[in-house]
This record gives sequence, C-alpha cells and structure tokens, in this order.
Amino acid sequence: MKTSLSWLRDYVSLPAGLSTEELDDALTNLGMEVESIVDQAATVQGDLVVGKVLTIEELTGFKKPIRFCTVDVGRGAPQEIVCGARNFAVDDLVVVILPGGELPGGFKIGARKTYGRNSNGMICSAAELGLGSDHSGIIVLPTGTPGADARPLVGLDDVVVDVEITPDRGYEMSLRGLARELSYSFEAAYTDPALIAAAAGTADVPHAVTVEDTVGCDRFSARVVRGIDPNAPSPDWMQRRLVAAGIRTISLPVDITNYLMLELGQPMHVFDLGRLSGSLVVRRSRPGEKLTTLDGVARVLDAEDMVICDDTGPISLAAVMGGETSEWQPDTVDVLLEAAHWDPIMVGRTARRHKLFSEAAKRWERGVDPGLTLVALERAVQILTAHAGGTVDERVLDLDHRTHPSVILLDPALPGQRVGVPYPASQVVELLEKVGCTVTGVEPLEVTPPSWRPDLVAPIDLVEEVARLAGYNDIPSLLPPARGGSGITAAQRRRRTVGRAMAESGYVEVLSYPFVAPALADALGYATDDPRRSAVRLTNPLSEEEPLLRTSLLAPLLGVTLRRNLSRGLRDLALYEIGTVFLPSGSTTPPPVMGVDRRPTDAEWDAANAFVPAQPWHLAAVLTGEFAPSGWWGAGRAAIWADAIAAARVALSAAGIADARVTVAAAAQTPWHPGRCAAVSVDGTVIGYAGELHPAVVSALDLPKRTVAMELDLSAIPAAPVVEGIRISAFPPALIDVALVLDRTVPAAEVEAALASGAGELLESVALFDVYESDQLGEGKRSLAYKLIFRAPDRTLTSEEALAARDAAVAAVAARHGATLRGA
Amino acid sequence: MSYRNDPYDPKQAVLLSPDSLSEAVAAAESAFAAASDLDGLGALKPAHLGDRSPVSLARREIGSLPPAAKSDAGKRVNEARQAIQGAFDARHAALEVEQAAKVLVEERVDVTLPWDRRPRGARHPLTTLMEHMGDLFAGMGYDVVEGPELELEWANFDALSIGPDNPVRGTMDTFYVDLPGLVLRTHTSPGQVRTMLTRQPPIYVVCPGRTYRSDELDATHSPVFHQIEGLVVDEGITMAHLRGTLDHFAKAMFGPDARTRWRPHYFPFTEPSAEFDVWFAHHRDGPRWVEWGGCGMVNPRVLVACGIDPDRYSGFAFGMGVDRTLMFRNGVGDMRDLVEGDARFTVNFGMEV
Repeated sequence: MKTSLSWLRDYVSLPAGLSTEELDDALTNLGMEVESIVDQAATVQGDLVVGKVLTIEELTGFKKPIRFCTVDVGRGAPQEIVCGARNFAVDDLVVVILPGGELPGGFKIGARKTYGRNSNGMICSAAELGLGSDHSGIIVLPTGTPGADARPLVGLDDVVVDVEITPDRGYEMSLRGLARELSYSFEAAYTDPALIAAAAGTADVPHAVTVEDTVGCDRFSARVVRGIDPNAPSPDWMQRRLVAAGIRTISLPVDITNYLMLELGQPMHVFDLGRLSGSLVVRRSRPGEKLTTLDGVARVLDAEDMVICDDTGPISLAAVMGGETSEWQPDTVDVLLEAAHWDPIMVGRTARRHKLFSEAAKRWERGVDPGLTLVALERAVQILTAHAGGTVDERVLDLDHRTHPSVILLDPALPGQRVGVPYPASQVVELLEKVGCTVTGVEPLEVTPPSWRPDLVAPIDLVEEVARLAGYNDIPSLLPPARGGSGITAAQRRRRTVGRAMAESGYVEVLSYPFVAPALADALGYATDDPRRSAVRLTNPLSEEEPLLRTSLLAPLLGVTLRRNLSRGLRDLALYEIGTVFLPSGSTTPPPVMGVDRRPTDAEWDAANAFVPAQPWHLAAVLTGEFAPSGWWGAGRAAIWADAIAAARVALSAAGIADARVTVAAAAQTPWHPGRCAAVSVDGTVIGYAGELHPAVVSALDLPKRTVAMELDLSAIPAAPVVEGIRISAFPPALIDVALVLDRTVPAAEVEAALASGAGELLESVALFDVYESDQLGEGKRSLAYKLIFRAPDRTLTSEEALAARDAAVAAVAARHGATLRGA
Repeated sequence: MSYRNDPYDPKQAVLLSPDSLSEAVAAAESAFAAASDLDGLGALKPAHLGDRSPVSLARREIGSLPPAAKSDAGKRVNEARQAIQGAFDARHAALEVEQAAKVLVEERVDVTLPWDRRPRGARHPLTTLMEHMGDLFAGMGYDVVEGPELELEWANFDALSIGPDNPVRGTMDTFYVDLPGLVLRTHTSPGQVRTMLTRQPPIYVVCPGRTYRSDELDATHSPVFHQIEGLVVDEGITMAHLRGTLDHFAKAMFGPDARTRWRPHYFPFTEPSAEFDVWFAHHRDGPRWVEWGGCGMVNPRVLVACGIDPDRYSGFAFGMGVDRTLMFRNGVGDMRDLVEGDARFTVNFGMEV
C-alpha cells in the first residue's frame, strides 16, 4: 500500500513537523512493514524552477523536430534550452531543471552543446521527474512565477509512504484505514471519509441485476450516470495521488474507481451502460465458459469463479478483472458504477487460479468492509458529475445479503493474563472502542467488532488488539520458571559424538541438497531392482533434472558435492555428511483426513504416520587424493579402501559400540568395487558398507581413480549400552609373537577371532603386525604375524602358562583354518 | 724408570718434600684445567692420581722416614692427594655441564618446520550453531526435539491454522511430492504439533532442523535452510515470558548488550504475533538492529487441534532462521557458501562457531 503523506493528512491531524523516523516507528509499531518512506523533494536535486517560454525556434534537418527555446528562469539573461517536446507555446509556464541539478535515477544535468546549439538545463516531463509514466510531452503549468521553486506545483513537495500490510488487515489497504491507525499512534483527530450521507437503495433500480449466488456475492450495489463528457480529464490532484500510489491514470471514470479504492478500500467497477445487453446476472461460472479479460487474455473459467453476465454471457471476472466487451471506452457517455462485496476465499482462489493478483484482488482477499458500497457509489457519482457533468439516475441498486459481525464475549482479565501486563478493564474497553468496536457489558465484555474488521472473531483477536495498541515494547521481560527437562536425546548425542569423531579423524563436514537426478542411480550402478531406486519424487522440483529425494547420502555427496569441490581445484578431500534419507513406506493408504476442531485420534495419527516415509539418519564419508599429506618429511599416503573401513569403525566406536561387537566382512554392494567392499555389522546386523568405489562408478561420475567411500545407517546402530568398568591388572604381561601360515583366502578378521577364542581369558590383546605373501610359504599361502599379550588379573604368569595359552590359540586357528606355525 | 726394585735409601725421599708435593698439586691443577673434554681429562688421570703419579710415589717414601716424621709426611701426602682429586672432580663436573650444554646446542632444530601430517577435519558451522542453540535451551530446562523433514501436510499447515487457501501452501512456496498429504516441511513448526500431540503440558521444547521452500538459490535464499523453533505450553504463560526467553537467548548468542525489539505481525498459528529484531553490537557494519525471527502466543485453535485445553493452558512459540543467524553473527555474506558443500568454507570454522 503506497500513498502520499499529504493525502493521509486529509483524514488524520498528524503533527506538523513529523519526521520520517517518527512515521516509520509509528507504522512499524502498528504492525506494518515499512518498505520505504521517500521525501520526494529530495528525489530531484538542484534548482527545479518555473520557466516562462520567451521564444521558440524550430530546428530542421534532424531525424525528429527539435525546438531551440529561450526561457525566463528568473535568473538574469534568458536560458537557452534545446527541447524535443512540442506540446507548448510561447508564454507557457514550464518546469526547468538548471545545470548542476540531478533527476531521479542519477541523471545529471549540465550545460552542453546539442543539435548545434547551447542547451543550459532541461524542460521536464512528468516521467522525467519520476511523477508517472507520461512521456507524451513536457509539463505545462497553469500558474507560477518564473524562477520560483517548481516542486510544490508538481507535487514534488510530498512524502510517499509504502507499507506492506499483513494478510489479516485488509482495512489498512486504504487511506481510511491507514489514517485511522496513525491516529492511535499520535493521538490525533481522525475523520472517517466513509462518514458521508449516501443515497440508500431504492425499490426501483437503475439497471436490473440478479445475484444468484449470495455466498459468493453478499452485496451488490450500482448507480447509473448518463451523458458525461467523455473527454473530461481527471483532475490534477487525483492524478497526482494515483501516481504517488503507483497506479496508472487511464480516464476519469476509471481513475475515480481507483481513487476510491485507495481512499475507502472499496474496489469498484465501471461498465459502459451502452454496451450492456439486457439485465445483469451475478453467478458462479459454468465449467468451460470463456471470458477475455481487460489484459487481453482469453480465459477458461472454473466452476468456482464468480462472473457478472449480461445476455451475451460473462462480461466480468467478478472482483478480479473486467472483460473487454463491457469496459469503459474513450467515447463512453453512460456509465454503470458497481460496488459489491465478494467472498474473500472465492476471490483468493480465482486470483491464484488465473494468476491475476490485481490491486482489487489483494484487498478482497484480505477482507473489505461490506458497509461501504453505497458510500463509494455516492463519492464516485459526486466526483464524476463534478468533473464530467452528466445526469445521475436517482435510483440506487442495493442487493444486500451480508451478515453482520457477531458479538464476542471477552473476559476483561484475559488480555492481561495472556500478555503479562495488568491492563485495567477500563483500558481494555477504551482500546477496543478505539479500533471501532462497540463494547457493552462488564464481565464478560460484549464486544461487537466494526464492519471493517472481519478478522476479529475470537477473544484472542481482541487480546492482540489490546496488546498492539498498548504497545508491544512495554511488555516486561521475564523468564518462565524452569520445569526440568531432559535436554538432548540419545540419538542427538550420538550424532554429535560421531560428527566430532569424524572431524577429529580428519574429515570435513559438508551439507548437500537432498535432491538427486534419476540418472545417478545408473551412474552408481544400482541394479534395476535395487531398493535405493525407489525414491520419493517432488512434483514441483526446482530443477526438472533433480526431482528425487535421496535414498542414500552418497548419491548427492559423490554426484554433486565431491565433484563441485574437485571442480574448484581441491585434490585431497576427506568429506563427511550426516543427514536423513527418504525411504518410501510402501504403504498405499494415504493419511486420513484430519480436521482441526479436535485432536486426531491415536488411530488417525498412527495411520497418518504409517504413510510417512522412514527418514533414518545416515553418515557418509568420501576420500580422494592423499589422506596423509606429503611434505618436506617425505611422501604422503593416498587414501585407500582401508581408510573408509577405519572411518566406519571410528564412527561406531564414537556411537558407543565396543570393537568386539563390530564385524567387517567382504561384501558385494554397489557402488563399491566388488573385491574391495566391506559390510560393516554390529552384533551381526549390517549397518553399512565401506571400501573403494567401483571403477565403473568412478568413471561414470568422472571422479579420481581409487576414490573410497563409506555410508552407515546411524539410526540402525543399537543404543549404546551402559559401559561396565573392567579390573586393571597390575601384574606384568607375557608377550608372545606367533606367525601363522594360511591360505590367502582366509580373512584376517576370522583368524583373529579364532586366536581370541582359543587363547582364553588370559589373552589381553591380539594385534596383527605383519602380512607376508610368498610362494616359498606354499602356493596360495600367506603368513600372518600376531603379537599376543597375556596377563592374569591375580598373579605373574609363568612362561609355561603363557605358552600353553599361546598353543591353545594357535590350535584353534589350526582347527578352523588349517594354519601352521611358520618355521615350525 | 722403576722404583720397585730400587734399594731403599732414605736420602732419596725427595718426593715427600713440601715443595715437591706443592709442585705435583700445581701441575695436576693446571693439566686438568687445560683438559677440554671429559676424554682428555680421563687421559690425564693416571699421570696425576695413578700408581706412578708423584703423590703415589711420595706415599711410598713415607716408610723410609724415621717414625717421628711419618705422621707429618703422611698428612702432607693426603692433603696433596685430596687437592688433586678435588681439582679433578671439579673439572670433571664442569666438563660434564659443558658437555650437556653442547649436546643441547647440537640437537637444536627448526621448530617452525610444518608438520601437518594428520589432516585436520572440521564441523559445519550450521551443525555447530544448532547444537549451541540446543544446549542453551537444554540448560534452561527445555527438551530438544525433532520431526521428519518430509512431513504430513496436516502437521505442517492445517494443525497450525494455515488453512487450505493460504497462499503459502501454493507450489511457489512449498515442495510437494508424489505421495498425497505430504510436503517437505516449510518450517520447524510441525515439531510443535508433534510435541503437543504426544505429551501434555508443561511443555518446554526447541526443535532445530532442516526446512524447505521452493525458492531459487541466490545470495540470500536457499530452497534448503535451517530453523530453530521454540515452544512453551504451561499454565499462566504470557508474552512477558516470551520476551524474557528471547532476551536471554539473544544475550547468549550475541553478547550482554543484546536485546530484542518487537513489531506486531501476523502468523496464523500465533496470536498476538510479532516479528522481532535483535540489537547486535558486533555487526560487521557496526551495531544495529537485525531482523531475527517471528514469535507469538500459541493460537488457541492450534492448542485445540493438538488436544490441549486452551482455557487451562497458554503458550508461546518462536522461530528463527539458523542460516540467517549464522550469516549476520559470523559475517557470512553469501547463502550459497552455506549450502554448496565447499570444504574450504567448513574448514575455516574448525570445530567451533
């Protein structure tokens, strides 16, 4: 809502020296967002003066006619100015900007040579002064003294206010409402422009109208004026105010409807009476009906749209935009002025359906005072006849089916109880009366909201008005008493610990969008029946290329984020991400329809949630380049499959899972290399996979060779147990090394498990310290060398005891995997 | 020269003379002083303290003296020997200290050589900031809750009094999916709904998390962003409690000068509602009010939809953008840096924010 301060002052006695800041604060504290407050006097810099044209010399020989003028600007010798406009004559008063000045948009004016003549300054059009879009000619002033400041004469002495109105306060989208609100801030006198005597509806109507749907249109009023002068222009003051409000001026009748929409908040429409065929019918559209609206667009209408029809069919898309066939024309002499009241929900839907967010639609959607139609018509008729003559039809149409606001019962203590400021009942009453409510009764108060406040329907709406007018910034600052909570959940704590452990292990956290391209599933080598291909699809994705929600973190992490980092020249990367993936539930029963007038039943709520895709938290990591950097100390170490598995172990350990519960086994899972992929399990349940990426995936995604990756389902990791303390033995350990020769195919993890089970309770730790492969050991054999540490809790072990335990350990591996002691 | 086989001759007891002994002591002292290291000093030892050293030979001559002179001579020899031994020990200690100091000098290294052999990781500042916010409220007795990002339309809109005709439900603002009744949550407020549906007051929760709106990515917008939502429902909760909570939060985030300023606003799910600014003294462009979030008293209609008696209980709710908070608090100029996943952006923050 944009308007000028001088117009506001017509209705509210604002302080004389009101500063921009005071106005900004007042509007803000009333709940409006101030977009801008522009002092127009400052938009044109330098001398903008009245000039009197003394001589005009027509210059010829150029592409367009050019005039060389001398102009009296009240400063010594006449100013020589070259001008391209032709709509002025000798002795006319014009607006001149002198050299050194600056027009809106930073256009600096100087003295220059043009078309072979000197030009000192410029004769201005309204458009050049930022006063509208009229480029047709320069401004010719009716009166003025050469040399005087021209700003007041063209309206450049005003302040233009632009505010954003919240969707609940339609009444603020008018001078009437804005002025009323400002009157509270400054305790200033307020004149309601709607408080005028208006002709009431008559039994005999000026034009026959039937409203078939009184829900969509609960009031329809109209008046007729015949024989107006079609050439009568809109008065300057009206044009100026419309321009300041950002509305294009069109013609007197149309300008009047726009002017009154701004003044009162009542959108109106003007029909050419001569172009209407028969009586009017207001009804819902029939599906498939067509109407070409004023913007020239042929529209197919919806059954919910309201239309105004004559004998030819729809002639106006009600409340939103008129049609071409019935519209005012430059030669229109008989007009039918319409002011109606439409269902805000209907208008909102129609506006969105047809993408017609007109000034009228914006007001209807927010709510328009249904009590205004006759006032608006009275004003329109008065202004129209004052400027264009014509005869007013004495008959007034008013089809009134509106419902009046209901009484709200308000406990006068409620505002205080909700806001925390003990407003006395008298203040509550005073503030509610200020906004136009009628208040009777004592306890409870019986409050009838004014017709322009359809947003006031419940006691809490009245509480808000009390708090707002009493001032939000006077509300005290108090902390509620602590009630004892449990802080973060175990799952949240786990994500933090895992994230920190990853970062401390050298990984850098990144966030990826969860939107993925379907082609990524192919690039990652998913089989046609891979469940990760079953993804939720956005129906309105930002990019048609990426409509799916991720089913794995690695897809966008590898396909987008890693590639972006590489494209920016980063080579050694260790990235991790913790986030949710979206796994369709498979349920085909959509959520039940749940109302809002009561809590859903447990059954409804459970059924609804059963349909929501599972969204477990995952952890993923990718590594490429050197994981241990090279430097002056020597070569670095490239990231390999084992780093990815180590990262998984770090994460599980951070999640509170003891190493003994974690198993790693060879696995074949896309997108990993089939010979370099490990399934990582906790208590035998696979939690995720780690290893080197499949060469085909690396190639498809154009990643560096040997890129490695890991992904775990954090939500699938069992809850961390309460860790039990162990007894620390102070007795010395016995250290024994064993080297075992086995088939190369026996996994090291199983050898270690066998050693541990065979060694018994005396074994404190087992560590693989050498892997040696040679055909000298026998074909297909390798040697695994382990350091075993034995220790007893209660004594120093004898060498016999330690050796016996060692032998038992080796025997277990021999029994399970056919191992022999190397060198034995 | 060998004394062992010399015939005994008292006249030969010249080495016992006080002058000879003084000479032996002086010679030893000067020899030891001249030794430049421990090895050199060790090599001098036999000549001055060994069996053939002057003091040892002098001791042998004692036997040739008359009994009356033996005691005196013995005393003289002992004093001389002690003096030489003392000189040796002193020099030895001095050389040891010198040697240790020399080793330390020789072992000197250039400590400015880089040694970044283990790469350092980092946590994303949005993660850290959300944890920081969650911890603050946990300290005030709140629970940190969360809900699904792909959320029931009912919880994201209807239950929050955002009716079917509200424009924010349009595809210009909200992501819809090929499953009916679901949206990518447009705010963390459905976390309120889920909390109220599963427990009764007193409720003190915050809900940080990821949210989605169908905005194109630019310097100030992202289709994926983060919010933190706060909800309190209890008996006697007022806007004053809301203000106190936000002021406390502001101080914890932005320093002791921080405070909030409210502007009346409209949200379907709160009434009265406000947008609030925070006074941020450390803004990159100087102290100023910065728009921070929205808040209000939970609309009784929301309480009803969630099964809470609006006559007995009242509550407040607030929400703010975490990305936005990070941007002005930490001077991040471009939203794209937060979401594009460039490792350098994260590394800059390290482990804290």
